[in-house]
Amino acid sequence: MQLTLEFGGGLELLCESVKVHNVNVDLPKGAEKLTMRDLLSWVRTNLIKERPEMFMKGESVRPGVLVLVNDCDWELSGQLDTTLEEKDVVVFISTLHGG
Amino acid sequence: MESSGDDVARIRREIQALKDEKACIEQKISVLEAQLQETASLAPQLQQNGDVCNGSCPPITAVGANMAHGLSADSIYRYSRHLLLPSFGVQAQSNLLKSSILVVGAGGLGSPALLYLAACGVGRLGVVDHDVVELNNMHRQVIHTEAYIGQPKVKSAAAACRAINSTIQIVEHKEALRTSNALEILSRYDIIIDATDNAPSRYMISDCCVVLGKPLVSGAALGLEGQLTVYNYKGGPCYRCLFPTPPPTTACQRCSDSGVLGVVPGIIGCLQALEAIKMASAVGEPLSGRMLLFDALSARIRIVKIRGRSVQCEVCGENTTFNQQQFKDFDYEKFTQSPLSTSPPKLKLLAPDSRITSKEYKGRIVAGEAHVLVDVRPEHHYRIVSIPKSLNIPLASLEARLSEISAALKQEQEQEGTGSGANLYVICRRGNDSQRAVQYLHNKGFNLAKDIVGGLESWVHDVDPNFPMY
Repeated sequence: MQLTLEFGGGLELLCESVKVHNVNVDLPKGAEKLTMRDLLSWVRTNLIKERPEMFMKGESVRPGVLVLVNDCDWELSGQLDTTLEEKDVVVFISTLHGG
Repeated sequence: MESSGDDVARIRREIQALKDEKACIEQKISVLEAQLQETASLAPQLQQNGDVCNGSCPPITAVGANMAHGLSADSIYRYSRHLLLPSFGVQAQSNLLKSSILVVGAGGLGSPALLYLAACGVGRLGVVDHDVVELNNMHRQVIHTEAYIGQPKVKSAAAACRAINSTIQIVEHKEALRTSNALEILSRYDIIIDATDNAPSRYMISDCCVVLGKPLVSGAALGLEGQLTVYNYKGGPCYRCLFPTPPPTTACQRCSDSGVLGVVPGIIGCLQALEAIKMASAVGEPLSGRMLLFDALSARIRIVKIRGRSVQCEVCGENTTFNQQQFKDFDYEKFTQSPLSTSPPKLKLLAPDSRITSKEYKGRIVAGEAHVLVDVRPEHHYRIVSIPKSLNIPLASLEARLSEISAALKQEQEQEGTGSGANLYVICRRGNDSQRAVQYLHNKGFNLAKDIVGGLESWVHDVDPNFPMY
């Protein structure tokens, strides 16, 4: 499944400072759909090059990270259970505190 | 026992009710004060008009000129370009002149926000800050001028605002915002702007706004990115609805460590002023339930939909008991594990015999001692300035480059021909990473490693005042 993944707010530093990743993610064996739970595990294995604890906590993202599926907070689409579609854009953004 | 328990609950309820009443009265006072200000600025204007006319023509009065909105002639002229906007007009300007806005932080975000809010005619504009103006603020904190270096930011910001608009009320709060004074300060304003630079302040200000029922314009900027949203506006989410659990401290970078392109907080600060102006004048649609994400490098602005108010929110949710007293007692530094002030942490990881001062280190150089100095700052820091003959191995790559240290020590020892071996010193910018590095080096068998207390900052302070600091 073709997806566009974007990292911001400093999270890009965990994947070699590349902000936009056009990726092809296979469905898990025997599954009919790809969920955010699957995608997080895929990102953790394939894109995060250092300090995974700065990206994930347990099976979800760490506190302070907003996840947006097609410009919409994943809280509104079912969080980890959000089903992804072909060409979806998923953004991971760390909240900033500076000023 | 039971009845005394009931008494306590009753008294608490009464106290809470009285406090709510107090907040309500203070709100009314604010509105009246703003009106008074407006009327007062009207009076001299009328007088002046009379003088100009020399009595030969009748003075223009609000009634005579049919100006039910109450704007003075001076105000009409000053804000004429606002009044000409069909979607803004006299009503919105009049609302603005009666409103009060508080900006917390007169830094990179607060600077442009304050300038525009003063210019646009907010009736009463407050500014909170405890810091002083420094030279390394100037590139982004554009409200301050070089003449104010070393002076309180509040004083500098207020002077700049007064210079732009002498007809509005500017209130200076020269203090750090704490749970002990936040309720009292915030309750005097209609709208709050969070222009601070740290996580505990952001939780504290949001919670205080929830308790007081004030809308909050929250902006943040770091590096080349910015974020903006409006919290606690007409049933919208608060900061805690979005971020119920604080992030790990390692995820909270500061501008003083990570850097920031000056114009980025400038843009976000301007947008904060815009959102506050919209709410104060009651025009448009505030950025509530949505968040603006700004990426300067790729020139992209994205506005995303965020969750609504969370029923489970500990501060604004359905079953919350969070009130003013709980706010006052809440320890935000403990909650976020980071200090409310922006001063960098001072670690103490090492025993005194594993550390030397910068003056002592200077003495060892002068004495010609055989040694290697490892600078563990990131490479782009090292490129700014470094101590001659130091070896740059950033902390992050220390593990992989231990052999370089061994080689350097060996070479030094051979050159100097000492039997006892060369010493190993570690330096960084402020003396925190150098301690982490020495701790690691000790574990790896470099038992002689010592850190230079206070890093390059102490080198500048105690040894070489001409060494550039950043």
